[in-house]
Parts: sequence; structure tokens; C-alpha cells
Amino acid sequence: MDPANFTELDPVRWRIEPTGAMRVPAIIFADEQLITEMDDKVGQQACNVATLPGIVSASIAMPDAHWGYGFPIGGVAAFDPEGGVVSAGGVGFDISCGVRTMLTGLSVEDILPRQEAVAESLFRQIPAGVGSRGKIALEDAEIDAMLTDGARWAVEHGWGEERDLERIEEGGRMEGARPDFVSDRAKDRQRREMGTLGSGNHYLEVQAVAEIFDEEAAAAYGLRLDGVVVTIHCGSRGLGHQIGSEFLKEMANAAPVAGIILPDRELACAPIKSELGERYLGAMRAGINCALANREILGHYSRQVFGDYFPEATFELLFDVSHNTCKLESHVVGGVRRELFVHRKGATRSLGAGHPVVPQAFRTVGQPVLIGGSMGTSSYVLAGESTSEEKAFSSACHGAGRAMSRHAALKLWSGRQIVDDLAARGILVCSPSSRGVAEEAPGAYKDVEAVVLAAERAGLARRVARMRPIICIKG
Amino acid sequence: MNATGQISVYGWEHFHHDADIGVCGRGRSVVEAFEQAALGLTRIVTDSPVAADSQVEVECRQNDLELLFVDWLDAIIYEMATRKMLFGCFAIHMEGLALRGSLWGEPVDVARHAPACEPKGATLTELEVARDDNGLWSARCVIDV
Repeated sequence: MDPANFTELDPVRWRIEPTGAMRVPAIIFADEQLITEMDDKVGQQACNVATLPGIVSASIAMPDAHWGYGFPIGGVAAFDPEGGVVSAGGVGFDISCGVRTMLTGLSVEDILPRQEAVAESLFRQIPAGVGSRGKIALEDAEIDAMLTDGARWAVEHGWGEERDLERIEEGGRMEGARPDFVSDRAKDRQRREMGTLGSGNHYLEVQAVAEIFDEEAAAAYGLRLDGVVVTIHCGSRGLGHQIGSEFLKEMANAAPVAGIILPDRELACAPIKSELGERYLGAMRAGINCALANREILGHYSRQVFGDYFPEATFELLFDVSHNTCKLESHVVGGVRRELFVHRKGATRSLGAGHPVVPQAFRTVGQPVLIGGSMGTSSYVLAGESTSEEKAFSSACHGAGRAMSRHAALKLWSGRQIVDDLAARGILVCSPSSRGVAEEAPGAYKDVEAVVLAAERAGLARRVARMRPIICIKG
Repeated sequence: MNATGQISVYGWEHFHHDADIGVCGRGRSVVEAFEQAALGLTRIVTDSPVAADSQVEVECRQNDLELLFVDWLDAIIYEMATRKMLFGCFAIHMEGLALRGSLWGEPVDVARHAPACEPKGATLTELEVARDDNGLWSARCVIDV
């Protein structure tokens, strides 16, 4: 995008003034380089979101924003319950896709002698990729229980530990889930997918802490230099995808009937206070619970693998945070506290120090914000900043963000070449698909360091630690 | 445009999207365009041949042609996901805005198909079903992967 088309509010905040049907401005958080590299579609989509009924303050895009469907990926928008809308495209198909990071209690020197064996065991134990089946098969009643209780359900069944729950958003269980609003087809799609990683940009990585930026927060989070963590990126699998697909079409049909004028059908939405809006929210919250349960199970499998090799591993959950959600939250807008439905599509909640929702262990430093890398590049742990509330409804970026299409990546790299290059750098990649690895080449992503620096300079979240990958399991 | 299958007047192609993949089918009728787009959908997952060993039936009904196209692709994605299958041959019968489709395929063989990524759903982004001045139909949208 051409920065000349924006009002530069400061070096990392750019504004598109409201024109036409826009009800609020669009605000993009990025430095000049990042905004120059963004596709024009990001600006267009942010402006389209700004036309939706009930939107509050601004349509926001994060430093990792890229072209999505309806909302940009990296988009944040808050809506008033009175007159506002909820959008299936504003959450995305992979409902509650997110990241969890677990502290192994081990050091790099513990892992390296067994790096290959651990990689092979993780690859065998974590179902990943197209065609893989989970080890868990669920009957109807169990699916409904899982959709109601999320990670708590997983813990009750022995796939996780009680102590994990306080380190998961919503305590591991999203209130207001309505399994009865989830279709039979969505449930069928999930019967054999609990505890599966998926494919595309989803991964499990063993990472080493390579740099500490904030000693106090790192200590609170349990991060130390050369410490080893396991990070998982995945979501609600087939169930979330099916909920998203079904409601997207239903909302596209219903929006004109509800008198909602859409600049593009891909912004399909429904009034929050409508039968369809409430039905979507109930189903979407059930999808959040599915994702929380799925990541808890994957965490359990990882614990088992590490336990086989390293009985001394402590394997404490650092945090589990989603980046594709719509949640009812309380925010101060213009000096007035309001209840708002905040859509985050490819954006992470970022609560600052002292916020009552932040787990007690982190309350003095802020909520962990987990930023995924891309196989060969670093991942980051950030800490939420209180200033992010006023700036972006307590939100920050979620990853590097793609800079290149999958086909463009295939033209530049082969999977074998990437696996060999990364192995030479000490990173073991295991994947059932060479083409999948090439499509996810590290070079196909933006510079994650530039993204997190922009988020820090913008006051959305601050850097706590940088991790480098040692093992990467890709779907 | 990138990967293609005989696209000049009849076939499928993938088109650019930053994070996901666009799929477009073309043919002498809506039915042919939809069938070709389905082939393009399979080619998002694998470059390898897919045997037509078993048949699955799907039905879709929508209020307009574009949403019917999305529904058709979603129906295939659902069968791929729940049956752990890939499909390489498609036949459609349409009456108005109701569609009955036959899909022929085989179970995913990870070693042989080396599946690259999993389609999550068809989106309304870049969605268009249209006939050009020469009477050829095209059906396109972005697939979330």
C-alpha cells in the first residue's frame, strides 16, 4: 500500500479517514516498511469493515495484517450490542485458532543429544496433515460435553492436567457455548479429529529461548535463556471449519433481509440481537471450546513424549491464547466503560498488567501474547500492555503474516531444499508433505521481528523473549 | 495465474491470494464450470493422480447460483474431511438452484498423494459465477486452507 494514501498519526499508526459508507476510520498499526509491503486489499478490507452497523471507534489492522476474506487477517473490530453485528468472516473458519506454549523445564543441552529421536517420536504421536485420524473417537454425548466444557472436559478425561486450566483463556471453558446450535455435520467432521494438528500453517515446535528482553516478565512467565519450550499452533479443526462455512452462507442470505447493506458479500453478518446472531455466537463459543480442548489434548501428547525421554521434565503450561474469536468484553471508549463484541481475526488479546482477567501469576507484568514464527524464524513471547486497550481494544498481532502466496512460494523453493537447509541450521522439520513444507517456506512470511517491533512501538505489547526453533512438526 | 488444467476454454486454474488459494473452473455450461472447479479444489491438496475407486453422492440447494457454487465446494470438502478421501472425477445434475453431484475418489494415501494442505471451506471472497461474451461459464472463489 502507498503510505501517501494514509494520515500518519505517528511512525507506527496510520489512519484512513471515513469516506462514503464508512462509519468510523480505519487504523493500521505498522511501520512504513510494513505498510508499504501490505497488499492494497488490506486497506480495502479494513475500510469495508468500517461500514458495518454498530462498529465502535475504528476498524483496526495489526502489523502482520494481510488479505483475508471479509475482514483482513490481523483485523480487529468492536461492535455495540445494540445495533451492532457479528460476522462469521470476522472470526474466520478456524474458530479459536491459537497458540499454546509449554515450559519443559529442560535446557538446550538436554535436548540436543536426543533431538532426532524426540522429533521422530513427536511426528509419530501427533496426528498431522490431511488424512490423519485422531486416536480419540467421540459419540454424540461426548461431543456435546466437549463443546460445553472445552479444556476442562479434556482434563476430566485424563488428557491434560488440572493446573493447566488457569493458564488458558477463559479458564479453559468458554461460557455461553451452545452445542445444540452446532450442526450434526459439524459434529461429524470432528468425531475423529480431537487431538489432531491439521495442516497449512499449523505446527508443533520445540523451541529454545534465544533472547530475553524483559527480565521481570520473563521470570514471571518462567522463561530463561536456553530453556526449552514446546509451542503448538492449531484450532478447532473440522468442527470450526464447518460452523464457519454454514453460518457464512446463512448470513450472506440473511443480511439483506435484515436491512444490512454490505459493500461485499464476504462481510456477511447478522445483528447481534437476532435469532441468527445469537445462534452463531452459541455455536462459535462451542467452537472455541473445541479448540481449547484440542490444544489441551495435543499438549498432553507432547507431555507423554517428553516424559518418555526426560522423566525430569516439568512441562508446565505457560499460556494458551486464541487469535480467531469474537468475545463480549468490557472496554473504556471515550472515557465510558462499555460492553462490546470484539472480533479478532488473526489478532491476539493483549491485556496489560493489573487487568482482572489476567491470571494471578502474570498480573504484575501483563498477559502473555504468543507470536508464532515460520519454521526457520523466531517466535516471540510478548507481554500485553495496558495502552493496547485504548489503541486496539486490548489486541496485538498474532504472527509473522504471509508475504507471498502459496504458489509463489512453490516457484521459489522445494520442500526437500527447505528441510535440508533448516537441518544444516540445526532445525529438524518433520512433515508428511514436501509440497506443504515448500508452501510454508520461512521466506514466504513477513519479517516477524519487524512485526513485533511495530507492535511494541505502538504500545500494543512489549517483547519478553525470542525463541528459535529446534524441531518443527508440520501437518 | 499458476497451476492450471487445460484452461483456455475448459478446465481449472488456481489464482492468487496472499494466505489462501483461489480456484476457478471454466466450461461450456455452469455444470462444467462447477465440475472443473472441483478438480481445481482437489489439486490444492495433491498433484498426484486420484483413482476413481468409490462413489459418493452429495446434494446442495441455495438461493442463488454463487452461493450454490460455494455450497458445492463445501460439500466436497465435507466428504474429503469425514471420509478421509480425495476425489478426482465429478458429475453434476442441476435443476434450477438444486444440485446433485457424484464424486469418485479413493482414501487418502499419504505416501502417494503427499497432501499439501487441507481445505477448510469455500469463502465468498472473489466469488463469481458468470458467462462471458463467448458463452463460456466460469465459477471462482477463494478456498481457505
